[in-house]
Amino acid sequence: MSAAAEHSIPSSVKIAPPPAELEREPLVLQNRSIGWISDHIAGICEGEAPKWWLPALIMSVSLMTMMFGCIAYLIATGVGVWGLNQPVEWAWDITNFVFWIGIGHAGTLISAILFLLRQKWRTSVNRAAEAMTLFAVACAGIFPVIHVGRIWYAVWWLPPIPNNYDIWVNFRSPLLWDVFAVSTYGTVSLLFWYTGLIPDLATMRDRATGKVKKFLYGFFALGWTGSNRHWSNYEKCYLLLAGLSTPLVLSVHSIVSFDFAVSQVPGWHTTIFPPYFVAGAVFSGFGMVLTLLIPLRTLCKLEDIVTVRHVELMCKVILATGSIVGYAYGMEFFIAWYGGNPYELAAFKNRAFGPYWWSYWWMISCNVICPHLFWFKKLRTNMVFVFIVTIFVNIGMWFERFVIIVTSLHRDYLPSSWGYFRPTWVDVCTFLGSFGLFFTLFLLFMRYLPMIAISEVKGVTPQADPHHPQGGAKHGGHH
Amino acid sequence: MNAYGLLAVFETPADAMHAAEKVRDAGYSKWDVHTPFPVHGMDAAMGLRNSPVGWFTFIGGVTGYTTGMTMIWWMNAYDYKIVIGGKPMFSPFFSFPVSYELTILLASFGSLIGMFLLNRLPRLHHPLLKNRKFCQGASHDKFIVVIETADPKFNAEETRKLLVSAGSKHIELVED
Repeated sequence: MSAAAEHSIPSSVKIAPPPAELEREPLVLQNRSIGWISDHIAGICEGEAPKWWLPALIMSVSLMTMMFGCIAYLIATGVGVWGLNQPVEWAWDITNFVFWIGIGHAGTLISAILFLLRQKWRTSVNRAAEAMTLFAVACAGIFPVIHVGRIWYAVWWLPPIPNNYDIWVNFRSPLLWDVFAVSTYGTVSLLFWYTGLIPDLATMRDRATGKVKKFLYGFFALGWTGSNRHWSNYEKCYLLLAGLSTPLVLSVHSIVSFDFAVSQVPGWHTTIFPPYFVAGAVFSGFGMVLTLLIPLRTLCKLEDIVTVRHVELMCKVILATGSIVGYAYGMEFFIAWYGGNPYELAAFKNRAFGPYWWSYWWMISCNVICPHLFWFKKLRTNMVFVFIVTIFVNIGMWFERFVIIVTSLHRDYLPSSWGYFRPTWVDVCTFLGSFGLFFTLFLLFMRYLPMIAISEVKGVTPQADPHHPQGGAKHGGHH
Repeated sequence: MNAYGLLAVFETPADAMHAAEKVRDAGYSKWDVHTPFPVHGMDAAMGLRNSPVGWFTFIGGVTGYTTGMTMIWWMNAYDYKIVIGGKPMFSPFFSFPVSYELTILLASFGSLIGMFLLNRLPRLHHPLLKNRKFCQGASHDKFIVVIETADPKFNAEETRKLLVSAGSKHIELVED
């Protein structure tokens, strides 16, 4: 006797598909089966590496080596190898730190906030974006550590350990808040990413052919069997991690902005900084997610999973956050005038028309003008165009941090100490090298771990819904 | 041969859910449904209660917040006092960012540890993972109901009949 005959609903009642105009565009195109999803995504890590992968890895590793060479030179010689000096004591180092930590924010936004908002499209991009977050935080962490000069003393400045006079770290300093914020962010992002990976590692373990692969995937899958009793706790844990990551991601860039806002420097001492930094971080992060995913969806043939609609939705996030950033730039200027503080106004006039005018207008054109091209659907759905715009978004957001940091510092209250910062080759090579580290980690990730959350993508297909005809439902009603 | 349990393969989530309802109503206690992704509604079909992971999160969060506040007070206001910029030795305001981050950090560890404890994981050996049919399906595109022989209601004949009536096309005994 079939299950259908037992229920009280007459078998003549059939589930009619919803009318065509109400049907949403599916998240996985071409009605791909559940099996196809694991075969296709796991297939990226199996078999031969694509032809472009090894050359790309060699290039990235060379860049990364250049960065570590520069860091070794810096530590052996001293921070004098960089271009910073009185009055610009923070320059590319902290610019790069804020730039990279900001990039990470898109990953957490996609994985946590969009999860809480039940945005199912996140499943196709969250794994890669979370990996991007981790690697960006790794790049970010390098700069504040090396900028202190004698880094072998850093262990007494960062964690709460008493120094040789038994004095503890100063918890009244925003710089110490930053240490806690960034290290918590890195740790929780790693936990969240790994939790999401466990079911997919089990898939990789069950598919693996080689002994070493089977052992390694099996070891990290922690004995996952897909048991529904486990899924029940797992889903609760994942929901709670999303709920914890949401206030975390908002706090991290707020605390990064306190590094500036809590000081007395004109141009830094503003209350708009926390929300403005968070919006800017999400803006730059989505830029980087698209910079990575647009080429990858073609190279790895993922067009059915990372669809044009996904790209379009992310463009809309860029448009929204870009508008917030543009508003913040305007509001900063307005308050500098309306606040009646002559030093504040001088700092802002100097920002737009002083010696660093070029960096300010780079920032304005990339961050304020560029995103508004995404009002047009034609442009949002043109992959090459979107890719180019996201590059400009990345450039613009780097300049934003440069503008905030360097232009506010280079002219302080005492005109005799005014200066002009110029980077040295060590500054430039360290920054370019950090991209090497980022891409090396990302290339290794996409080759050895499932780049797209296999179990989550399966879960948003109609075949996965037990109440959908494609999921095997034979008659109407919820049981 | 020592048997671990009876395994029944289903092709769609709806079939597995109907089977789960039958097994639940038959009164089994040591059984499970293995799926490649969490199936919506399966908890109710299996008669599972709301997961208690949240308690671990709560305990982690409270521990984090109190650790942060106590640590900052003890280090900066008790063990070695230093006046910095005329600011108070201790204030809940400047202590908040660090305590907030520690709340989130320990609550996250709490959630994860809670999930692992409740699931009895990590576990590097499981009889089901030696079964070829199981490994090819449960993490790929099949929905597998397993009833353990250790279940007090388990009866080789009756249990098999129940799973056949639920519509499974493939049923086999899993070795321990």
